Amino acid sequence: MNKRTFKLAGVAILASTLALAGCGARTDAGTGGATGTKVAKIGVIVPLSGGLSAMGLGIKNSVDLAIKQANASNAIPGWKLELAAEDDAATPDVGKNAATKLASDDAVIGVVGTLNSSVAQVVTPVLSSANIVQVSPANTNPSLTKGADLTNPKRPYANYFRVCTTDAVQGPFAAQYLLGAGIKKVATIHDKKSYGQGLVENFAAAFKAGGGEVVAAETINPDDSDFSAVISKVKAAGPDAVYYGGEYPQAGPLSKQMKAAGLKVALMGGDGIFDANFIKLGGTAGDLATSVGAPVETLDSAKAFVEAYKAAGFAEGYSAYGAYGYDAANSIIAALKTSLASAADAKSARSATVTAISAVSFEGATGKVGFDEFGDAVSRVLTVYKVTDGEWKAEKTGELK
Amino acid sequence: MELFFQQLINGLSLGALYALIAVGYTVVYGIVQLINFAHGEIFMIGAFGAFATWTVMGRPADWPATTALLVLLPLMMIGGMVAAIAVAVATERFAYRPLRGAPRLAPLISAIGVSVFLQELIRLFFGTNPFIPSSSWPVRIPGWPDAKSAVPFPSVTGISGEIISIGGVTIQMPAVFTLGALAICTVFLWYFVNRTKTGRAMVATSQDPDTARLMGINVDRVIVSAFAVGAALAAIAGVAHGLRYGNIDFRMGFLAGLKAFTAAVLGGIGNINGAVVGGLVLGVAEAMATTFIPGQFGSSAWKDVWAFVLLIMVLVFRPQGLLGAKVVDRA
Repeated sequence: MNKRTFKLAGVAILASTLALAGCGARTDAGTGGATGTKVAKIGVIVPLSGGLSAMGLGIKNSVDLAIKQANASNAIPGWKLELAAEDDAATPDVGKNAATKLASDDAVIGVVGTLNSSVAQVVTPVLSSANIVQVSPANTNPSLTKGADLTNPKRPYANYFRVCTTDAVQGPFAAQYLLGAGIKKVATIHDKKSYGQGLVENFAAAFKAGGGEVVAAETINPDDSDFSAVISKVKAAGPDAVYYGGEYPQAGPLSKQMKAAGLKVALMGGDGIFDANFIKLGGTAGDLATSVGAPVETLDSAKAFVEAYKAAGFAEGYSAYGAYGYDAANSIIAALKTSLASAADAKSARSATVTAISAVSFEGATGKVGFDEFGDAVSRVLTVYKVTDGEWKAEKTGELK
Repeated sequence: MELFFQQLINGLSLGALYALIAVGYTVVYGIVQLINFAHGEIFMIGAFGAFATWTVMGRPADWPATTALLVLLPLMMIGGMVAAIAVAVATERFAYRPLRGAPRLAPLISAIGVSVFLQELIRLFFGTNPFIPSSSWPVRIPGWPDAKSAVPFPSVTGISGEIISIGGVTIQMPAVFTLGALAICTVFLWYFVNRTKTGRAMVATSQDPDTARLMGINVDRVIVSAFAVGAALAAIAGVAHGLRYGNIDFRMGFLAGLKAFTAAVLGGIGNINGAVVGGLVLGVAEAMATTFIPGQFGSSAWKDVWAFVLLIMVLVFRPQGLLGAKVVDRA
C-alpha cells in the first residue's frame, strides 16, 4: 500500500514537472506555407530570467517591436521577419548554447545581443563561425571590438557590432563628473566580472590622471549578499564617493548596506546599475550612474519609440537598453534591405548582411546609429543620472572628448 | 582597534546566519547520515514564506514599532516557519524516505534534485501562479510579486535600517536580531534535545537507530521532527536574511546553504553546538580576512579563500571538526 502511494506521488510530481517543462517550450512557427513570402529570423540572446531579466526583457520586447513595425510597413518586400528569442540567464555557458541553437537555424540572419560582455565573449565566436551578424545593444567591454591589447587595437570578429559606447568612454566620463563635482577621494569596488572590472580599471586610470586618489580598491562576489566586511574596510579609508563596477542586483543592496553601516557617500556606477530595480533594491537618493546616449525621453527620435512601445502593451518596461535593442534591430533590418533584396534564402545572405551593416547610418531612438571600422558605435554621448525622489533623473549629458 | 571590533560584529552577525542554517544540516546528518543539500532551499522558502505572509496581510507598512515587533514580525516568522517546515517534511516524505535503505549516494543526488526543484518552484510560484488553471495559463495574479529576480523584503519598523553606535562601532538592528535569534534558538535546542522526550528520542536514534526502534521509539517520527527543527531555524535565518539585506531571491539558498554546510563540517557535523560554533567562526574568519591579512592576498576577493583554508586546516588537524565527537562509522 505504502509503496503504491510513493509511486503515485512520484508519477504526480513527474507529470507536473513535465507540464511545467511543456509550458516553457516554444512552438516553432512553421516556415514557408505563406504565398511566396520567405522567412528570416532575427535572434535575441539576452537574460530573460534571473537578476538581470528586467533589462533583458526590455531588449527583447523592443526588438519584437522593431520587427513588427518592419513587417507592418513591408520594409523588405517578399520577406517576413520573425523573432527568435533565447535566454542566456546572464551566464556564458547558457549563452553559448543559445548561440549554437540560433546558428543552426538556417532562417536566422542576425542576432541582437548580448546584454553582458562576459556572455558576448563566448557568443560572438559561435555566431562568427556561422557568419551571422551580431549587434549588441549593451556590451560595453572595449576588448570585444578592439581586442585584448587596446593600445594596438585589432578587431577580433568582423560580424560583431554594437550601438552603445564602451567602458573606455564610460569610466572616464564618470571620473570627469566626480572630479568636476569636487570629489578627490574615491573607493572602487567591482564584482570580478569582465564588465565590472573593465569599468573600474578605466575609471581609476582616468580618475588618477585627473588628480584624484583611489583610497581603496575592493571586490565583491556576485553571489554574496553580505557586504558588511568590505564596507567596513572601505569606510575606514574615508572615501568621498564609492565607484562600483557591476550591475544593479548587487549595487542596490550594496548602496543600502553602505548607508546602514554609516558610510553615507554616493555610490556611482555605470549603465549596469541604471535601472529602476537599483532603487527598488536599496539604491538611495544621491547615488549616480552613467549611461550611454542622451536620456531616451528627451530625444525627439526617441519619443516615437517610447510611444510605440507603450502602444504595443508589453508587460515589462523598456528598461535601460530597450531603445538600444530597438536601434540594434533596426540596424540589422536596414542591412537586410540590401542583403535580402536578391537573396534566395536567409542563410546565403548572411555574409552580405555583415558587409551591408557596416554602411548603415540612420537616426535611431538613441541618436545617430552607425558603426566605425571596429564595429563600435560612432556616437560617444553619455549622461550622468542621479537618484532623486526615488527615480533616476538626468543630471548631465555630454560627449567625451 | 575600532575596525577590529567592527569586523568582529560583522563577522558574528554573518556567522549567526550561517549557524542558524547549519543546525539543520547537522541535526539531519546526525540522525540519518544524509547531507541534505536542499536545506539551503528550505532557508530560502522560509524567507519567501514570511514574505508571502506579509503580502497576504495586505502589505502593512509604517506600523509603529511596538505593533510591528509584537505582531508583524512574529506573524512573518510563523508564516516562514510553517512554509519551511511543510516543505521540509514533504521533502523528507517523498524524496528521502523512499530511499532510506538505498546506498548513500542515492539520497544525496535526490537532495540535489530537490534543491533545483524547489528553486524553480518558487520562481514559478511567484512569477506566474501555476496553480490556478485558466485558458491563458499560467496566469498572473495582480499584485502577486514576481520573483524572477530579487524581491524587496518588507521592512519592519524598529529593526530595518536602525543602528546602534557604540564608540565608532556601528551595529545594525537586523544583526542584533540575528544574534538574538541564534541565542534563543540555541537555548531552545539545548532544552529540546536534553529535556524533552522527542529530543532524547532524537539523541537515541542518532546513537543507534536499531536499538532505538527496539526501545519503542518511532524512528520515522524522530526523523520528521529533525527535519522540522532544522527547517524552523532555517526559516528564522531566512527572515533575518531578509531584514539584513532587504532583498530575497529564489537563488539565495544555494550559496548560503554551501557556507552553512561548511560551518557544520567545521564545527563537527552531527554536533548541534558544533554547528553554532562553526558558523560563528566561519563568519568571523571571513570578515577578518577581508581586513587583517596584509598585502595582495588580503582584499575581500580572498576572504572565501581564507575561510576555506581555515576549514582545511581544521579538518587536517581535527578531522571530526571543532566540537565533533570521534565519528563511529555505523555498520
